[in-house]
Amino acid sequence: MTTLDHDHSDHGPAKGLSRWLFSTNHKDIGTLYLWFSLSMFFLGGLFAMVIRAELFQPGLQLVQPEFFNQMTTMHGLIMVFGAVMPAFVGLANWMIPLMIGAPDMALPRMNNLSFWILPFAFAMLVSTLFMEGGAPDFGWTFYAPLSTTYAPPSVTFFIFAVHIMGASSIMGAINVIATILNMRAPGMTWMKMPLFVWTWLITAFLLIAVMPVLAGVVTMMLMDIHFGTSFFSAAGGGSPLLFQHLFWFFGHPEVYIMILPAFGVVSAIIPAFARKKLFGYHSMVWATASIAVLSFIVWAHHMFTVGIPFAGELFFMASTMLIAVPTGVKVFNWVATMFHGSMTFETPMLFAIAFVVLFTIGGFSGLMLAVAPADFQYHDTYFVVAHFHYVLVPGAVFSIIAATYYWLPKWCGRMYNETLGKTHFWLSFIGVNVTFFPQHFIGLAGMPRRIPDYAVQFADFNMVSSIGAFFFGSSQLLFLFIIIHTIVAGKKAEAKPWEGAEGLEWTVPSPAPHHTFETPPDVK
Amino acid sequence: MSARMQKSALAVLATYLCAPNLFAEFRVNMPEGVTRISEEVYSLHMLVFWVCVVIAIIVFGLMFYAIIKHRKSKGAVAKNFHESLKVEILWTAIPALIVFALGYRAFFTLEKMYDYDDSALTVEIVGYQWKWRYSYLMDDAAKEDSAQGTQFPVSFFSNLITPESQINNTEAKGEHYLLEVDEPLVLPVGSKVRFILTSADVIHSWWVPQLSVKKDAIPGIVNEAWTLIEKPGTYRGQCTELCGKGHGFMPVVVQAVSQTEFDQWMLGKQDEARQKASLNVKTWTMGELMETGERAYNTYCAACHQANGEGLPPAFPALKNSAIALGPVEAHLDIVINGSRVNPAMAAFGAQLSAAEIAAIITYERNAWGNNTGDMVTPQDVSNFGSSQ
Repeated sequence: MTTLDHDHSDHGPAKGLSRWLFSTNHKDIGTLYLWFSLSMFFLGGLFAMVIRAELFQPGLQLVQPEFFNQMTTMHGLIMVFGAVMPAFVGLANWMIPLMIGAPDMALPRMNNLSFWILPFAFAMLVSTLFMEGGAPDFGWTFYAPLSTTYAPPSVTFFIFAVHIMGASSIMGAINVIATILNMRAPGMTWMKMPLFVWTWLITAFLLIAVMPVLAGVVTMMLMDIHFGTSFFSAAGGGSPLLFQHLFWFFGHPEVYIMILPAFGVVSAIIPAFARKKLFGYHSMVWATASIAVLSFIVWAHHMFTVGIPFAGELFFMASTMLIAVPTGVKVFNWVATMFHGSMTFETPMLFAIAFVVLFTIGGFSGLMLAVAPADFQYHDTYFVVAHFHYVLVPGAVFSIIAATYYWLPKWCGRMYNETLGKTHFWLSFIGVNVTFFPQHFIGLAGMPRRIPDYAVQFADFNMVSSIGAFFFGSSQLLFLFIIIHTIVAGKKAEAKPWEGAEGLEWTVPSPAPHHTFETPPDVK
Repeated sequence: MSARMQKSALAVLATYLCAPNLFAEFRVNMPEGVTRISEEVYSLHMLVFWVCVVIAIIVFGLMFYAIIKHRKSKGAVAKNFHESLKVEILWTAIPALIVFALGYRAFFTLEKMYDYDDSALTVEIVGYQWKWRYSYLMDDAAKEDSAQGTQFPVSFFSNLITPESQINNTEAKGEHYLLEVDEPLVLPVGSKVRFILTSADVIHSWWVPQLSVKKDAIPGIVNEAWTLIEKPGTYRGQCTELCGKGHGFMPVVVQAVSQTEFDQWMLGKQDEARQKASLNVKTWTMGELMETGERAYNTYCAACHQANGEGLPPAFPALKNSAIALGPVEAHLDIVINGSRVNPAMAAFGAQLSAAEIAAIITYERNAWGNNTGDMVTPQDVSNFGSSQ
């Protein structure tokens, strides 16, 4: 191989729209992913506002039950596949090459493709709202036969959209794996990799393992709907339970896909602001790997009430409770990292600490849900809604927000306004708890999820929850404002704006030049 | 902490958090329920809850201690420890032991919940969009009597009776808003009742929190559950699996009565079944059919086709001025009895309703909302159509 004797820094990005359309640059594609994710976050949030507005009081006020079901479905799908997953892929694109000292992602053209098919998938998904018969109305878990025999005609577009999202995720995951395996700078050994890189490597394997299962499930639906097969119909020899087993074989690893990179983010931020090395790096890596492995053998805990046999209940109860152990190790490690540190509380740290506390609360309710006999009471109630929103909103979403504040100086070369950032944190922190904490109560008191109207004894806490939701939703507009304000008018940032931050990404200037690490850095 | 203290602490919390509610007892926790199982489940729930609370106090306590003490502004200097095998083994082993203990405790409750033997009574529960059907299964002796015409199978639908006006806020909401039905499931206290559950269309889930029974009703699959109610009373629950637009509107109401009352009620239902059978052979007038038809239509059909017959197209077509309601009677009988071949939302009502009910509904649909066909369909017509197939 000949050494190419030219330097890329002389030519910057292309001008205008073609910079973004044809980009193969990991930073530009990362930026695209992040903006896309933010826009989906607001769209999914808008649907959540419709849901909470209808649930503000008992009775039907704003929307009819058919439309309410479309809102819950679209809210879930857009937040999971449109907001959280692309945000982490965006972070991976931006940060993994910078963290391992690589010049770019391993497969830059595929990188472009995996992003640019996403807007089409979501345009198609959202367009179903305007179709005759309405958008998908069977929940983001789309259980058959409600999603097959009884589905609105738009289900076919939903299936196509899911296929595209799946293809995008698989390509993204292949790219992450190829990059981490092949493009680490000399000296960047496995056990020197930042935890964000480790968690993403493991996440990428989860994605490759389960996205094809999701593709299989929706293809079987397509066959049942249009080609007369009976995978999920008992009348033709299939079973609605087959759907649930396949869906949750995808679905449970999927929830770890949404939380493992968050662990990576928090494991970068807490040491930086505690000015102390991450406690138990090795056990963090092993805990992440064990969670990933366990995630494949717990799926039927979503199905405790479908009538699985006693032995099955026991197995899935035991395996699920076991996940509490490595997850606990992570939480203890974060606390031990803070212990005897020298802490300051800038916005990223505040979000990271809130993550540790509130994600752990979500973990506690998760442990409660794992106990099969008690799960019969919790299953499909607002207790479950409270549980997964605790792990997803102050969990995954807070980690994404923390990551944004933490790396924004590196991305755009400017500092955000600390006062505004802290204001955003406190508004979000209060909002998220007022929204979701009362949902534990109404769930335990007996309110099922996914209902547009409810009995009067649930009225008070629903109103509290709705007020919290409007409060939380509108505080996120401040987040948007802060980002734009930073890009337009933020103070110039140094290469390493955080005193305690460590990692290769802080060795390059801020903003990170279009091309970095063309000569691999020397990792000691 | 004793159960009483827990409850009073929660009650105080509840009073502070919220204005008193006019209607129901204010709840922030799972009900203890009225069966041994539900009490066990409740105590299991509280056990795991308090374990979590203790862990939370320790972990968050240490964290907030660090946040307060070990901050740079107080001159804290970071120490340089970042690994300790001993500590890591300890905080892997202790949680492992805790979850093992919890799992062990849960095992015994679960085992009891899976013991369906020795039931005194079996009730079949079938989920429909959006109502429940309860059938009291007969033992062998009863089946013999039934063959001789001295016993009648007892089976009925349980429909939401909360009026539209309350749902649409034009009238004040009642005490049991959305949790009230025309016919509750009546069960005797003190004897073990086995449920077998299935569905006629999509997946539903039958849940009564006070009994701690929740089981999915799945088309093509028969599930089992059981309960033994200790205290007479009315216990309310809801469908807990998304089943379409009426998911929030198919409550479960169980009325638990003493064995004597239950036996009397059963005799009454026997009489009713006998009378219902006789309705299928009696001679009806147009007025009677229209009156019965309107009532039955509003119970079984209006959720989709709407009380005004205008439906919710395209999933739920209008009947007013429709080809079916104005066309040949045979086609109308066919779609009501056998369901639609193209639109699965239109169920087959042949097995769900009596000949008299079907006759009344069809007569009503052909003569209401300006569909003035003047056609009168009798129970005999329905039976003849059935046997001609």
